[in-house]
Amino acid sequence: MKGGHLKNQIFRTVSAAASASVLMLVVAMLVTLFVQSLPAIRRFGFFTFLTTADWNYSKEVYGALRPLFGTFLSTTLALVVAAPVALGTAVFLTELCPGRLRGVVGTALELLAAVPSIIYGMWGLLVLAPFLEAYFQPLAAGSLGRLPLVGDFFQARLAGGVNLFTASMILAVMIIPFISSIAREAMSQVPPMLRESSYGLGATRWETVRWVVMPHAKMALAGGVILAAGRALGETMAVAYVVGNRHAALDSIFSPYTTITSVMANEFNEAGGLQLSALFFLALLLFAANFITLGAAKRLLGGGK
Amino acid sequence: MSGLGRRKIVNIVAMSLASACAAAGLFLLLVILYDVLVEGAGSLRLRLFTQDPAPPNIPGAGGLRGAFLGQGLLTLAASVVGVPVGVLGGTFLAEYGRHYKICRLISALSDMAVSIPSIVIGTFVYAVLVKPMGGFNGWAGAAALAVIILPVVLRTTEEMMTMVPWSLREAAFALGAPYCKVITSVVWRSAMSGIFTGVLLAVARVAGETAPLLFTSFNSNFFQLGLNRATPSLTVSIYQYAASPYETWVETAWAAAFVVTFLVLLLNVAGRIFIKIKKVG
Repeated sequence: MKGGHLKNQIFRTVSAAASASVLMLVVAMLVTLFVQSLPAIRRFGFFTFLTTADWNYSKEVYGALRPLFGTFLSTTLALVVAAPVALGTAVFLTELCPGRLRGVVGTALELLAAVPSIIYGMWGLLVLAPFLEAYFQPLAAGSLGRLPLVGDFFQARLAGGVNLFTASMILAVMIIPFISSIAREAMSQVPPMLRESSYGLGATRWETVRWVVMPHAKMALAGGVILAAGRALGETMAVAYVVGNRHAALDSIFSPYTTITSVMANEFNEAGGLQLSALFFLALLLFAANFITLGAAKRLLGGGK
Repeated sequence: MSGLGRRKIVNIVAMSLASACAAAGLFLLLVILYDVLVEGAGSLRLRLFTQDPAPPNIPGAGGLRGAFLGQGLLTLAASVVGVPVGVLGGTFLAEYGRHYKICRLISALSDMAVSIPSIVIGTFVYAVLVKPMGGFNGWAGAAALAVIILPVVLRTTEEMMTMVPWSLREAAFALGAPYCKVITSVVWRSAMSGIFTGVLLAVARVAGETAPLLFTSFNSNFFQLGLNRATPSLTVSIYQYAASPYETWVETAWAAAFVVTFLVLLLNVAGRIFIKIKKVG
C-alpha cells in the first residue's frame, strides 16, 4: 500500500509540473516578447509606434500603422466575403442537404480546414493571383474604377497580381471551411422541437432559419466569426506570399501592401537592432490581439449555450 | 394569397442563395485540391525523395531528400516532447487538479495558447533558443513545434478524460486502487481513442507548419542526420521554391506540396476513422 502511495505522489507531482508548463510558457512568451521589444518601445513610445506610418531602414524609423492597417483591412475584407458564403453553406448543410451528402460535405469541409496554410499560399500565388489579375482586376477597374472620388482606389497600378485584394481573397478561402464548420455545429444544436413548431405554424424554411434557427444560434455564430477573424489576423504564410510587402501608402486595393505577419515573415531573418526590436513589438501586438479576439469569442460561444 | 406567394418566392430565393454559397465554397476548395493533385502528382518523381536540391533550371535533377528527413526529425522531436507533457498536463487538470482554481486558469490559458499565431511562437523561440545559441538550429524548430503541440494535446486529453463517468473511477477506488493506478488503468484506457485522435490531429497540424520554422530551423541544402545545425523542412522549402522564378523549382514545390497535403490529410482521416471504430466497438 505504501508503495502505491509514493507512486501516486510522484505521478501527481509530475503531472502537476506538466500542466504548469503551459502557464510558464505563456508567461515566458509574454515576458520575452516584451523585453525584446523594449528598445523599440523606448525609442518610439507605445502610441507613437502605433500611429507612425514610416517603415524606413535608412532613417531608422519604424512604425506599426501600415502593417496594422493592412492586417485590419485584409481581415475585414476576408470576413465580408467569407462570412456570408460560410453561413449560406451552413444553412444548406443543416436545412437543405439530404442526410447522406451532409456527412460527406461536412467531413470534407473539416478536412479542408486542416490543409496547411502554405498550400493555400502557394495556390494563391501561382493560381489565384494571375487569375484575379487577368479577369477580375479589369472588371473592377471598368466598373467600380469609374466611380468619382473612390474610383482610383480600384485601379490596378502595379502588375503581378500580388496585392492586398488577392491576400484578402486567399484569407477568405481559408476561413470559409472554418466558419462553416462552427456555424453548422451551432445550427444543428438548435432543438428539433423549435424547428418543428415553426413549421407547424406554417413558416417557410427561410422564415424558420431567419426567425428561429439564427436567433437561437446567434451567439455561437458571432463567436465563430470572431474566431475566424483571430485566425485571419495571425495567418502568415498565405498572406506573406501574395500581399507583396510594400511599405508605401495604400493607393489602390490592387496595390501591394503590408500586414503584421508579412513584415515579420519577410524581414525578421535579415533584421537587427532597432528593426528587430520593432518586429518583436509587432509580434507582441499580435499576441495581445489573439488574446482579445479569443476572449471575446469564448464569451460569445459560452453565452450561447 | 399574394402574401403567401411572396413568402414562397422569398423562401426560394434565400434557399437558392444558400445552395449557391455552398456550391461556390465547395467548388473553390475542390479547385485548390484539384490543382495540388494534378500539378503535384504531375511533377512527382522518384528523385524528389532520393536526391539533394539542385541549382535552378537543370531539368531532370534535384530532390528534397534532406527536407523529408528534416521534416520527419523535427516533427518526431516535437512530438516526443509535446505529446507526453500534454497528456500528463491534461491528466492533472482533469483529475488531481479538477477543483483548483489555478487549473481552470491553465485550461483557459491553453485554449488561448492553441490559437496564438504560429509566427509569434517562432519569434519567441528565436529569442530564447536561436539568438543565444548563435545560429539557426533544428532543436529550436522542434521546440517551436512542441510549443504548438503541447496546449492542443493538453486540452484534448483534459476534455476526453472529463467525459469518462465518475462511477468508473469509484468502482476502481472501491477495489482499493491508488489514484494513479485508477488513472492509468481505468481513465486513460477508456479515454484512449479520443486522446489518440487528438494527438494525431496535433501532429498533423505541426507537420504542415511553416511560419514557426522560418526563424528557428530555417533551411539548408545538406542532408544531415541531426538537429544541431539549420535543418531543412518540406514546408520552408515549398515557401522558397514556389516564390522563385525558376520553373524547375516551382515544379519541385508543387510536388512537395502534394506530398505534404497528402500526409496531413491522411493523418486527419486516420484520426477520424480511429475514433469511429472505437465508438462502434
